[in-house]
Amino acid sequence: MSTAARKGWLFHAVMAPLTLLWVAPMVFVVLISIRSFDDIAGRGTAALPDSFTLDGFRTAFGEGSMGRALWTSVQVTVPAVLLSLLLSSMAAFALSRYAIPGRRAILLVMLAGNLLPPQILLIPVSRITESLGIYDTLAGLIAIHVGFGLGFYTFVLHGFMRSIPSEVTEAARIDGAGPFSVYARIIMPLCRPSLAALGALATTWIFNDLIWSITVLRTQAKFPVTAALLNLQGGYVSNWNVVAAASIMAAVPTAIVFFAFQRHFVSGLLMGSTK
Amino acid sequence: MWLFLLVPAAIEIGLVFWPALNSFYLSLTKWNGLGAPEQVGLDNYRDLFSDDVFREALGNNVIWAVGFGGLSVAGGLALAVALNKPRRGVGIYRSAIYLPMVFSLAVTGLFWRVQYQPDGTVNTLLGAVGLESLERQWLADPKTALYAVLVAAVWRQVGYVMVLYLAGLKGTDPSLDDASAVDGAGPWQRFWYVTWPQLRGVNTVVFAVTVIDSLRTFDIVWAMTQGGPYHSSELLSTYMFQQGFTFLNLGYASAVAVVIFALAILFIITYLVRTLKEEVA
Repeated sequence: MSTAARKGWLFHAVMAPLTLLWVAPMVFVVLISIRSFDDIAGRGTAALPDSFTLDGFRTAFGEGSMGRALWTSVQVTVPAVLLSLLLSSMAAFALSRYAIPGRRAILLVMLAGNLLPPQILLIPVSRITESLGIYDTLAGLIAIHVGFGLGFYTFVLHGFMRSIPSEVTEAARIDGAGPFSVYARIIMPLCRPSLAALGALATTWIFNDLIWSITVLRTQAKFPVTAALLNLQGGYVSNWNVVAAASIMAAVPTAIVFFAFQRHFVSGLLMGSTK
Repeated sequence: MWLFLLVPAAIEIGLVFWPALNSFYLSLTKWNGLGAPEQVGLDNYRDLFSDDVFREALGNNVIWAVGFGGLSVAGGLALAVALNKPRRGVGIYRSAIYLPMVFSLAVTGLFWRVQYQPDGTVNTLLGAVGLESLERQWLADPKTALYAVLVAAVWRQVGYVMVLYLAGLKGTDPSLDDASAVDGAGPWQRFWYVTWPQLRGVNTVVFAVTVIDSLRTFDIVWAMTQGGPYHSSELLSTYMFQQGFTFLNLGYASAVAVVIFALAILFIITYLVRTLKEEVA
């Protein structure tokens, strides 16, 4: 065997088992979710399935209210992502296209806001949403997602918009286009790739959120997926098939976003770090 | 054109900076949410010093930052180096490793809770290789709870760190590596003296991001142990949440939040300084 071939073999000999070990927790959760309660109770959570049933999913979806929670999450995530991208692209547009005094400082302060530990905001935010009358409403949850994420999205989009040559917008301006039409007709279409990447990233962040949901919402019937999942866990202690099914239902939507936008997603993760 | 900036800025000020300032003020008060907060000066901070649970949470947070940061960087970097060169199977390995990253921390927590059950995969695996003596109730044992949660968090984080390092490696100069190979440098030497120095930028980001993340960590602990048993897996964030939202000690909880902020701010500044450098460059 040549050195190269032996090296290749060694590579797979290490990586294949490691990868299997890596996915094993997910595989076991899937296996548990399709087993019956009696099977799990009798033979333990680590045993291979001796039964096949979708009861776990059925219970989690209905009684466990994961179905309703998934819909709530959609109602929160979609407007929050769209609003975040709209507002942050506006700010990024102003900061990247106009000679605003102190714009670098403004940008960094906005980014700093996103890096703050949420803990320092929790109590005042729950008070502020209360005084605005949006405590315990999905609107309140959307508002805080938008507010907290803005700084990061603005920063990333600013980096991208700055790379668009100024000739492009100058030409339009000379033709008499106002700031609004430059923004809507020229800049936004050019930003489509970075908007897609940020959108994919923001979707998983907002969908996966737990801490803001349990801070702003009180009524359990209004909980989005993550918070509902933890509630369900409390209610179905030792019904591992239901808990496993529910956590799969909470995991699948972000996994779909990930696979559909894999390239965008990875470039989105990098935007915050190498830019 | 000013409106473009003012609307988003006003929202961020109203929902982020103003509340943050409020926490500083609240940390100097005693308040249960009803009536007016009562001014108590620095009492809350003084109480923190003599609060055993706070000290345990602080210690746990240090363990967490070091363990979470160290393990995910070591794992992520090793995998990035191993999976850097395109060859057959690399795509599958990469996807498998960063798949957990898309799950929420709460989902990750539940996935691992299942494995840690007394009759779960972890104990079964230990039994299968003859280490029955190590079998235990991982999450119910105060000695292991924190580390059991840590393993789950690292499992999810490694993929993210790997992505960052893969990008960093792409930015390194392959001709330097080739040249030193021609000069007879072994793989270790090439990594330490040629590749590693070129990763300095990524290292700063990974370091800052990991520490900031460690201080924010809440969801996964909340999902797996809620800080228990007996506060053995308590972190500052979970302690803050309990004080604030379970016991309604809003002033005291704000003081914990301010401590978290004070610890994080150094690393936030590190991150921003590096970002500023990139902007200028």
